[in-house]
Amino acid sequence: MDKLVIQLLNESRERIYTRWMDEMERVRDEHRLQSITDRAYEETNQELFEIIYTHIEQNVHKPTDRMTEFAEHLMKIGWRLSYITQGLQNFRRIILAIILDANQSNEKVFAMYDEIDRWIDPIVNQLINESAKNWENTVSIQKVALQELSAPLIPVFENISVMPLIGTIDTERAKLIMENLLTGVIKHRSQVVLIDITGVPVVDTMVAHHIIQAAEAVRLVGAQCILVGIRPEIAQTIVNLGIDLGQFPTKSTLFKGMKSALELTKRQMIELE
Amino acid sequence: MNIQSCVEVRNEWDIVKARQSGRNIAKELGFGTVDQARITTAISELARNIYLYAGSGEVAIERVENGGKLGLKIEASDSGPGIKDIRKVMEDGFTTSGGLGAGLPGVKRLMDEFTIDSKENEGTIITSIKWLR
Repeated sequence: MDKLVIQLLNESRERIYTRWMDEMERVRDEHRLQSITDRAYEETNQELFEIIYTHIEQNVHKPTDRMTEFAEHLMKIGWRLSYITQGLQNFRRIILAIILDANQSNEKVFAMYDEIDRWIDPIVNQLINESAKNWENTVSIQKVALQELSAPLIPVFENISVMPLIGTIDTERAKLIMENLLTGVIKHRSQVVLIDITGVPVVDTMVAHHIIQAAEAVRLVGAQCILVGIRPEIAQTIVNLGIDLGQFPTKSTLFKGMKSALELTKRQMIELE
Repeated sequence: MNIQSCVEVRNEWDIVKARQSGRNIAKELGFGTVDQARITTAISELARNIYLYAGSGEVAIERVENGGKLGLKIEASDSGPGIKDIRKVMEDGFTTSGGLGAGLPGVKRLMDEFTIDSKENEGTIITSIKWLR
């Protein structure tokens, strides 16, 4: 960076600091940091200011390790990235004002302006990119985790399998349910599959449609579906919606479903004497 | 006290968000579990219609009062293609997306009041109220 800029920044460090702190205090609400104690907020501000200044001295055009670590730490404890980006932007605004005050020629001011822009923008960009990457990573990991939890088909007895469904069913999961159901039915040679919807919070027309389709597909590969775990309020909404679930048997609980599945495969539960 | 919430619907997870806030508000207003399920299902249908046919829109949920009666109002609005023939979409089994075609007539049965206001190529606003008994 231009020596003059650095000199100017070092000379007016105190001035920049007070103005910057004022500015940060004003934007505190925007970053939802009201719950943080004044002292912690001030200390963090001080640290950020310190880091920004080390940046100037080192004259690098990308976030230093310290900056990245600082950002990562803040995000981990629930601060927003916008706090840091705004900190940098406020910093830029203040030093530009100070440059203007310094009575330089127009060309010189413009050159300094340009220099500072080129210095701060890459830092902001890279911080944003990194945090976006982190987020994308988290989301994709969670997606995989969700998929693993999604729709297991559990063989319980010979020829009888259970698929417990838990949570919201979206289009992607519905596809997965169908696939797991059909491959599982063939792999375990199931004759009866119990689909348990106790854990499904809302059964709307789409969910019902997917269940009907799944049951129909199971029928096509030669097995039978029993829908179990229909809570009373779900039963009422299904009736209100006018959805016809008459093509396959339904039961209120998994236990009752299991009993009729055993009957269908010509077995029964008995108590030992 | 003014209970209300507004959820933008742009993807499938927004549908979940809309109905969760609907369920919370219904609970706060004192609706029973069956009516809570009805309200959430209705929100789910309306939000899904926005997502499927208009791409994006809004679901606003608020508390309403009328002559001492307390209720929950859902307003689903979008600026999508609009509905060509409202009488047709209110028929059971009519669908343009290969679904069950029970969505809108179903919502009407789940709720107490139901109005559609739609202009072709301008958008649709569906308002529906469930009264607390």
